[in-house]
Amino acid sequence: MSIKTKFAGDKFKVRVEKKVKDSFMRGAVASATDTINGRKNQLTAEMGNWEDWRNHGEEIRKHVLENLDYYLHQFSENVAKNGGHVYFAANAEEANKYIREVVQKKNAKKIIKAKSMVTEEIGMNDSLEEIGCEVVESDLGEFILQLDDKEPPSHIVVPTLHKNKEQMRAVFERKLNYEGSSQPEELALCARKVLREKFLAADVGVIGCNFAIAETGSTTLVTNEGNADLVADLPKTLIVCMGMERIVPTFEEMDVLVGLLTRSAVGQKLTSYVTNLTGPRREGDVDGPEEFHVVIVDNGRSNILGTEFQPVLQCIRCAACINICPVYRHIGGHAYGSIYPGPIGIVLTPLLDGYEGNKELPYASTLCAACTEVCPVKIPLHQLIRRHREIIVEKEGKAPFSEKMMMKAFGLGTSNASLYNMASRMAHSVVKPLTKGDKITKGVGPLKEWTDYKDMPKPNKERFRDWFKKHKGGNN
Amino acid sequence: MQGKVQNRDVFLDKVAKRLGRARKMTIEPPVWKYNPQEEYLKGASRDELLEAFKTNGTGVNCDVTIAKKADAPKAVYDSIKALGGGPIVTWKDSRYEELFGLGKLFKEQLPGENIELFEWNHTLGRENIEKANTANIGITISEITLAESGTAVVYSDKDRGRTINFLPENSIILVPKSSIVPRMTQATKIIREKVKKGEVLPSCINYITGPSKSSDIEMKLVVGVHGPVRVKFIVIEDL
Repeated sequence: MSIKTKFAGDKFKVRVEKKVKDSFMRGAVASATDTINGRKNQLTAEMGNWEDWRNHGEEIRKHVLENLDYYLHQFSENVAKNGGHVYFAANAEEANKYIREVVQKKNAKKIIKAKSMVTEEIGMNDSLEEIGCEVVESDLGEFILQLDDKEPPSHIVVPTLHKNKEQMRAVFERKLNYEGSSQPEELALCARKVLREKFLAADVGVIGCNFAIAETGSTTLVTNEGNADLVADLPKTLIVCMGMERIVPTFEEMDVLVGLLTRSAVGQKLTSYVTNLTGPRREGDVDGPEEFHVVIVDNGRSNILGTEFQPVLQCIRCAACINICPVYRHIGGHAYGSIYPGPIGIVLTPLLDGYEGNKELPYASTLCAACTEVCPVKIPLHQLIRRHREIIVEKEGKAPFSEKMMMKAFGLGTSNASLYNMASRMAHSVVKPLTKGDKITKGVGPLKEWTDYKDMPKPNKERFRDWFKKHKGGNN
Repeated sequence: MQGKVQNRDVFLDKVAKRLGRARKMTIEPPVWKYNPQEEYLKGASRDELLEAFKTNGTGVNCDVTIAKKADAPKAVYDSIKALGGGPIVTWKDSRYEELFGLGKLFKEQLPGENIELFEWNHTLGRENIEKANTANIGITISEITLAESGTAVVYSDKDRGRTINFLPENSIILVPKSSIVPRMTQATKIIREKVKKGEVLPSCINYITGPSKSSDIEMKLVVGVHGPVRVKFIVIEDL
């Protein structure tokens, strides 16, 4: 796999059309995102100072990006001091070449992996399979998708969101001769037994890295299953793959970002396991890798530095923007045709993969700014999405009139309070030609596919804030 | 042994160029405007921290028992029984006896009841992992304990295998009451102090919050996916 998934072959419109009609997927996405959002909102409300956390997260990430060369140098020095090896890879080819060399030097055939978006991005599994390796995904969801003829994930935190347990049972029956029920516990127990053997037999482990700590050359892993720990502890060789922006100055900033990540991603104060690895095993250690490699991947990221899109590199891959996005809720992850779906994917995919084949992505957004509001490191996602649209229009020379209208009504105003006031007053009349009663029945652009299937509530004639102004006298 | 670093300069030169400046080899340490992480349970007493740990450490297949030091052997024994007995694996660690008085339980009582107990011994190599893989219970010790999330922080060492916390079906983690701090903030400060003093960090630091779990099947919580199915924290009142 690379950034584009196998679904990217279809035209965006066709993908949206297919997915909007998948009622199981839509129900699953809606209930899962509601659950995660609910837990997250409860936790952040209890804290009472979530905005300060976001501000702190933002200042840490901005500082790191502004000094990225310094911190990457410091990090690599410290990994080497601990006895680990560091390879700086300019692109996917270089990263895969190095990983193959490490694997071939060990005569390794059995590779066990914990979920890592960067290895998906560079297509590492295919590269290793080409030289005759067996690559096993150990994250439960990724394991199921891999068994199902490498189906792409539909969500970056819950990759199997689009699949029901009966479908999973059928995959287990077909591929593992499983005869049990579709109860999640029983399916998971089957996977536990199969994967435990794989962990113990693997020659090389591959994991990702949520946060690399410059001051100590340590890496950080955040999981609930503990699979990444077994990958890191059992094989004799470990390869850590990380995007070059995934760095923090010290353990203290790691604390802050882990707290933002686990709350935003899954609504937990901490996941079951957070792990700091500092180099290979020490003398006398029985578990942990003898060889420790870190591959730091650029693959288009440095071209984002110094541009107006730099803030997208603040991302900590929590998927909060995906979970809150009304468009994602309707079309699901696969429709985006990218391993990075939702608002973050809309911004990131054209930057890493180019506009060609990704031009429609920036229109899979209502520019409602919910993504920006929820982002734990304050990336102005909706503004960056709008910027992509502007660039595409500048290049193409035109945009459909209706899209211009939508932009005016929902987009332009959100960056500025008085414009927002004007736009939200305007919204009713702007969408009026598309409405029947109080529902929007004729969407425009990708919106059309939802509204063909499901009507969207029309913006109120009377805005809530006007209504509130009129009615707040109730207590007097 | 010093590791190798490859391709660094060409890579970082490009990063600096994109940032519109020359490579930086030194920087001023950052001074942060916000520090919200310091606020949680600021100035809390030992008892308040314990109370918070108990609340937050309790969940699905995860609970907290509090015992006086003199009652520690009984609390550990009862938990072993409740979790179905042996085989058991432990680290090789003098603190089991020094902090919790478990020497007699481990060396006499359990073997006397034919409950197998294996003590990690790095000279035996891979056999340690095989023992952990077939054990019913692993027993380890928390270095630092986080009240906010109900988390034990454990350090690896040659006689303190990492996999004891992952391979057995059940986990008992012993928690000295004195090790409880408000949250990860205090733990990372303690770890950073070690770094500043030039101490070598453990190759693995695990922050463990409850059993292994997943929601990848229809968002339904399943516990015990790869690691322990159940986690039992036993807090010993050492103060």
